Amino acid sequence: MSVLKEKELRVIGFLCNWCSYGGADTAGVGRFAQPTDLRIVRVPCSGRINPLFVLKALLGGADGVLVSGCHPRDCHYAEGNFYARRRLEVLKGFLPVLGIDPRRFEYTWVSASEGQRWQHVVTTFTANIHALGPASFSPDAPELEILNAAAR
Amino acid sequence: MAIQDDIKSAIAEALPGLSCVIGWGAGPEALRAAPLFMRDAADVDKFTAGFLAVNNPALFLPSLKGAKVGLVVKGCDARSVGQLVAENLVSREAIHLIGYPCRGVIDMDKATAALEGRCEPGEVKGLREENEDIVLDAPGGEIRLAKKDVAADKCARCRYPNAESADVFVGEKAAPVVERDDYADLAAFENMALDARKAFWEKEMSRCIRCYACRNACPLCVCRDHCVASSREPHWLTQADGVRDKLFFQLIHATHLAGRCTGCGECERACPVGIPLLTLKRAFSRQVEGLFGYTAGIDRSTPPLLTFKLEEPAIKEREW
Repeated sequence: MSVLKEKELRVIGFLCNWCSYGGADTAGVGRFAQPTDLRIVRVPCSGRINPLFVLKALLGGADGVLVSGCHPRDCHYAEGNFYARRRLEVLKGFLPVLGIDPRRFEYTWVSASEGQRWQHVVTTFTANIHALGPASFSPDAPELEILNAAAR
Repeated sequence: MAIQDDIKSAIAEALPGLSCVIGWGAGPEALRAAPLFMRDAADVDKFTAGFLAVNNPALFLPSLKGAKVGLVVKGCDARSVGQLVAENLVSREAIHLIGYPCRGVIDMDKATAALEGRCEPGEVKGLREENEDIVLDAPGGEIRLAKKDVAADKCARCRYPNAESADVFVGEKAAPVVERDDYADLAAFENMALDARKAFWEKEMSRCIRCYACRNACPLCVCRDHCVASSREPHWLTQADGVRDKLFFQLIHATHLAGRCTGCGECERACPVGIPLLTLKRAFSRQVEGLFGYTAGIDRSTPPLLTFKLEEPAIKEREW
């Protein structure tokens, strides 16, 4: 059951295998209630995340994208998240030029033990996306039209 | 033009030690110059610089690896070379740069618009530069145009008219047009609401024919045959002709140039349907300049996205 009462939105989460995915697992094991809007994509490291993943998701009709990795200085591969931090920050400032609300994209750090923090992050982010409403940016995405028609 | 002869003698002087020198020569029309590869003294005679020297000769550098080549460069071309050198894509020792003070180059779209109703740009038989004006030899008599009205947009915000990194500099250095780039064009664009910007890109990109001329004209697009846009695995782009794939291609180009683009404007110039592509690239440049204080093609430090700091003073992360 979703914690939020409204219609579910499409939120994509890119989580690093070593920290945030574990953190989400911890939250699950701890049976913390979370919104179900998030679709998680597990990646080896936040440094693996090409900013194009985020752009492709947003252009493909995602309502929000959340990236989460290990805390800086805690990266399993020592420095992947340092590169990620720079790339994602640059990307965040670029989104408004496309006409995409920058609040639809966030990146953060959650360690494997921080189940509580994960619950807080995902609840806050999903609530923010619900406040923004469904994204209108999906130039001629035929499959999305079909999905939307099916939902109606 | 005296400076033209001085550049020619600088080329002739350097030519014996080089496989070729790249500059500009006569193009298909009187208003268009074309890249010129000079290999002997007879070629040097065909060299022209000045208001028509629009092409960025740095484009050819990555494909000419292994031979020492000379380039005649404007300030913006020298920045492209500087960025290629900073990323170790070409070796500075294998390049001989001949700089000259650039006072702006033509934007053919603006020139065509200025000639509207008077003649076709292709009918112009000759061009003469007179201080701040150009005088065109058109069928119905001479046409005088102010340079600033038909110069490329990038020239109005030129910070580096002189190739600072040149091995040989010909002539007296020109004063920068502006001291700093205030990204006023982006600020004006951002006066539009978010939804209007979306609509803007959907409209602009709908014209795109995916010819990839923007990519091929870009001096920093060095992947060439390995471009992810043509890759099947991963299959980033489909063959569909919708706006989404067209826009996504531009986002690939822009993200791959983040922190590298020197704003030479070749993508926008090469675009056959006039999409304002530089806006996307400049948005990234502004972001990188603001966060890391890095000016592509000028700073000699490691490009900011190829390095990191343990603490990032400029990045204000979100508090949850």
